[in-house]
Amino acid sequence: MSDEVTAEILTTHILDLAAEGKRLDGRGPDDYRPISLEPGFVVTADGSALAHIGDTAVVAGIKLEPGKPFPDTPNAGVLTTNAELVPLSSPTFEPGPPQPGAIEVSRVVDRAIRAAETIDLTRLVVTPGEKTWVCYVDMHVLDHAGNLIDTAALAAVTALAHATVPARRFQVGESDYPLDVQHVPIECTFVRLGDTIVVDPTFHEERAAQGRLTVATDELGRVVAMQKGLVGAFSPDDVKEIVNRALRHGDRMRALARGGPA
Amino acid sequence: MGSVGAKDIPQLLSPEGLRIDGRHLNELRTLSIRAGPLHQADGSAFVEWGANKVMAAVYGPREVHPRHLQQATRAVIQCKYNMAAFSVDERKRPGLDRRSQEISKVIGEAFESVVFVEEFPRTSIDIYIEVLQANAGTRCAGLVAASVALADAGIPMVDLLPAVAVGKIEGQIALDLKKEEDNYGEADLPMALVPQSGRLVLLQMEGHMTPDELARSLDLGVQGCREIYEKMKAALRDRYSTGPTPGGAA
Amino acid sequence: MARDHRSGPRRRGREGSASRPTGDRVLVLPGEEIPGSGLKPGPGTYRVNGKVYASVLGLLSVRPPLASVIPLSGRYLPKPGDVVLGTVTDVQGTFWLLDIAAPRWAPLHMTGTPWNIEVGETEKYLRPGDAVVVQVENLDPTGRIGVTMMGEGLGKLEGGTIVTIAPARVPRVVGRGGSMIQTILRHTGAQISVGQNGRIWVNGNPEAIARVSEVLRMIDAEGQRHGLTERVESFLVASGPSTDQGPNEPGPEGAPRDAPPPLPELADPPREYDPEEPPEND
Repeated sequence: MSDEVTAEILTTHILDLAAEGKRLDGRGPDDYRPISLEPGFVVTADGSALAHIGDTAVVAGIKLEPGKPFPDTPNAGVLTTNAELVPLSSPTFEPGPPQPGAIEVSRVVDRAIRAAETIDLTRLVVTPGEKTWVCYVDMHVLDHAGNLIDTAALAAVTALAHATVPARRFQVGESDYPLDVQHVPIECTFVRLGDTIVVDPTFHEERAAQGRLTVATDELGRVVAMQKGLVGAFSPDDVKEIVNRALRHGDRMRALARGGPA
Repeated sequence: MGSVGAKDIPQLLSPEGLRIDGRHLNELRTLSIRAGPLHQADGSAFVEWGANKVMAAVYGPREVHPRHLQQATRAVIQCKYNMAAFSVDERKRPGLDRRSQEISKVIGEAFESVVFVEEFPRTSIDIYIEVLQANAGTRCAGLVAASVALADAGIPMVDLLPAVAVGKIEGQIALDLKKEEDNYGEADLPMALVPQSGRLVLLQMEGHMTPDELARSLDLGVQGCREIYEKMKAALRDRYSTGPTPGGAA
Repeated sequence: MARDHRSGPRRRGREGSASRPTGDRVLVLPGEEIPGSGLKPGPGTYRVNGKVYASVLGLLSVRPPLASVIPLSGRYLPKPGDVVLGTVTDVQGTFWLLDIAAPRWAPLHMTGTPWNIEVGETEKYLRPGDAVVVQVENLDPTGRIGVTMMGEGLGKLEGGTIVTIAPARVPRVVGRGGSMIQTILRHTGAQISVGQNGRIWVNGNPEAIARVSEVLRMIDAEGQRHGLTERVESFLVASGPSTDQGPNEPGPEGAPRDAPPPLPELADPPREYDPEEPPEND
């Protein structure tokens, strides 16, 4: 269970272990915790997935509804992404308006989905300037044991990859059809623990971390988004090494997202 | 209750008296309960009831936030019921809405009636209910999940709180309404029972009923609650009899 | 607020003197009636109309006429005399606030330490994030938990790490008469300080810390199951040799100031639950 204040001797122990290339749960610096995916977890959504990375759990739901395009982009559909860090999931979350942490998760996941052109927004348009599909990507955190970004992103992308456009229900078309997903971005988060950079941090590793870097890559091997967080620094060489690791992990996780349950 | 043209209302009862999902009037939907699926919370439970999917978590007793709500002689119970944006047919905007606030209040009051709050002065027992998928009866499903979560969290109580909604469809009293029955039926009556005393700590009603129909509804509801009570106990025994792994696998 | 479904004066149980239970160790749930006549409601129960019912999920323990339920889950509930590990969360002019994994923070007053502190100098001695071993002195009716850091084995912790397990599992870590903790110490030579609140300080060489941590994880996950003692022993034997160091030897470099004793209290397990006695039902 997460404490409000982490004891410094635990943080020191995590850093001591990292110096030996070891981690509290026995993983190596480049090991993810077990990942499992359950697409279609929520039938009221047009696409959904429950994602677990270790004990961290996030449900993502896609809702597609007709709406108006933005006035300055009449030929583009609308994509909106939101992460709810609900108090159910952690003693460190309070009820109320979104805190900076929630907003960051929302925007980081949004950035990867958008930059990778996961869905072609022009194809969401029904009548230019008048009618378009609005694609809502809502992520709901259930259990926060560290690394919300990767878990939320994986849930979101899996949900998109299994989504159906409800054309019939909204009388926009004759029949429903699968949402066309062109690219599949995967986010991989790393933290610095002393001189060692580890992937997929747990809650306590995040507390001990001296910097965090998230890299999103797609199936074409492109880097599509990056976000540095927490307090600490990475050298350009660090970043290059992290990108290579993210590409490898991305490929593996992408296969899960497309294929279904691990 | 929805109001639609006559041709839109589905037939809720077959000539044989079976409901649209094949149930009899006094039958519950399938209900499965898992105790302790979450790792951060002090107690948790996941309920799948018909097409409802509801997660509940309990934190506490713990320090009260905000501090001014603290009470000198007892714990406060803060209950928050919330629906995920994707849990309903028409996307629900995240954030507080009046319906969720009302449900939070009646559920919180139900627990106030059974939790031994005087054992933990100046603390808070925080109950969080998240509806992930909704199909009528979410406040009852949430109450059942929260009750199991409270037991999972070791909170002392008079009893577990089974809850169910009874309704009236095409003039017949029916147990555990599903979405279409709730939308097109003539009455809806959610309730929660304290099995130890046989009394109700949550009771709401909307629609039209004669006093006799109401009396029969209460009896049917209590019967349904007793069935649900056994499932709640079984879920807790499952988790604790064979030696639980804390948190378990979700 | 009227609570008339619990009619009559409700007698809630309090801890009595410790004596060996004859308990059936049956799992009970809130609201379940405890069979028997003339029963008095001990901890974890309540009485209505002459009948006693469980109020928490736990194991039934009946020592006539007292019926109690020992919780299997939930937060640590402090008792006077408990030795616990806390983390400093806040510093004020004359005291610190400790998180001891209980329903409330515990204030540690500067006069409850062996140090001579001037008002306002508290931060020089303990800061947020520091870990300490303290003893619960009293609980007042408003729920305030009084703790002290004066006493043998109490003080600030340095080095090592903290492993957290469920408080209900702590008696298993100690074992009957200290048997389990002795086994762990004998095989690893680690320094271990067991907090009743489920927080356990472990110090020693990296290998010892890793082995002890794994044993604690096993106990936390499997504490209810049979054969745990054997599984722990097999693991310890398989994962490394017994050290010749007796448990009273100091650990390696960095032995803590005000170090807690390697062996916890060898009194009866505090929760009146005998982990070694085979259950009657299986």
